[in-house]
Amino acid sequence: MNIKEYIASGILELYVAGTLSNLENLEVYLNSEKYPEVKNEIEAIEASVLSLSKSVSPGTKGFDDIQNRIASAGETTTEPVANKVSWTAYLGWAVSLIFMAGLIWLYQQNSQLISNIEMVSIENITLEQQIADSEISLEKKEDLLNTIRDRNITVIALGGQTVSPTSYAKAYWNKHEKKVFIDTKGLPEPPDGFVYQVWSLKMDMLTPTSLGLLTDLIEDENKIFTLTNPNESEAFGITLEPAGGSETPNLEKLYTLGMATS
Amino acid sequence: MDLEVIVQQFQKKDTAAFEKLYQMYSGNICGVINTIVKDTDVAEEICQVVFMEVWNNSELYNVSQGRFFTWILNIARNAAIDKIRSKSHKTSKVNLSADYFVGILESKEDSESGKEDTMGFKKLLVNLKEKCVEIIELLYFKGLTQKEVSIELDIPLGTVKTWNRSCISQIRTNVTL
Repeated sequence: MNIKEYIASGILELYVAGTLSNLENLEVYLNSEKYPEVKNEIEAIEASVLSLSKSVSPGTKGFDDIQNRIASAGETTTEPVANKVSWTAYLGWAVSLIFMAGLIWLYQQNSQLISNIEMVSIENITLEQQIADSEISLEKKEDLLNTIRDRNITVIALGGQTVSPTSYAKAYWNKHEKKVFIDTKGLPEPPDGFVYQVWSLKMDMLTPTSLGLLTDLIEDENKIFTLTNPNESEAFGITLEPAGGSETPNLEKLYTLGMATS
Repeated sequence: MDLEVIVQQFQKKDTAAFEKLYQMYSGNICGVINTIVKDTDVAEEICQVVFMEVWNNSELYNVSQGRFFTWILNIARNAAIDKIRSKSHKTSKVNLSADYFVGILESKEDSESGKEDTMGFKKLLVNLKEKCVEIIELLYFKGLTQKEVSIELDIPLGTVKTWNRSCISQIRTNVTL
């Protein structure tokens, strides 16, 4: 190979410019290793290009800056990945929080509903109780009505006496069953420490027989008392007696009296 | 120290060797980038980015495929051309219209002519024909192929090579002036 012609061809200038093909680059490299003139020529061409490019250089930021970049690149190699991870993590957290808030809201709604159901259930029980009470009350009244409608019942009106002219009472006497029902609706409430006492009377000998005390006059809503009466009564009287009742009636406190006419 | 030894050490991630290479070529590489991006601040930044790329891809250099300087030069040209093709650069640099580095750098020559380590490019370009300046810029600074230069300057393919040789020879002469 003619080295001078090879050099003069201008291929080495293109080699330095980096515009040759890979094959041409390899060829020039091998020749430069083989022929020192070629290598020297290449270095001289490169030197001139270096001079020219150096002459248009604005200066550099220096190698310290490069070392800082290498150092921070080493520190932050994993950072971009970490950032991506944290970005998705933030999104994940946000979604979790929204989800949790939703769950809490649903839980509260659910608790509210359960509470409402409990309240309604309690109201329901109360209403059922009231219905039951009403039914019992109605049943009692029907019983009572049936009782006083019985064909064996004798109704005796007990009129008010001197001590209390406006008082009245009624006795429903079932001779067959030996029972007397006293309706006390027309009696005033007894004073503290006193109680009404019902008497069966025989008029010819004026023999009073106690049939019993009308206790709990206030509490009994129907104000009807059932007493046993085995006597051949001719009259019924109600007196006010000290609590516990008396052996004999205090006729000064005779509130009502009525004759059994039958 | 022999360049090949330094390059080998550099390829073994020896920062001291890398620093030597940086001191040898960074000014030139920044210069080439500057002729393309025509903005000294941008050029200096791209230059550092290029050297980081060189450092991170040191294993890719193969001595049989060209000069070490040529390898960096290629990376630098690509980085600079990418930059001027980017939208941000286009919008900010529309009013820079100088085509050849001679025009751009005349002001620089005035301010830095006193520098000892930097040979003034005017001196380097003494006696150079206009076509020489164009060929050298296209081949070395823009990285065009021989064929592309012949089309760009409308001269025969073979002429590119011979003219380029004579142009470089003139610069070599000027260096020794």
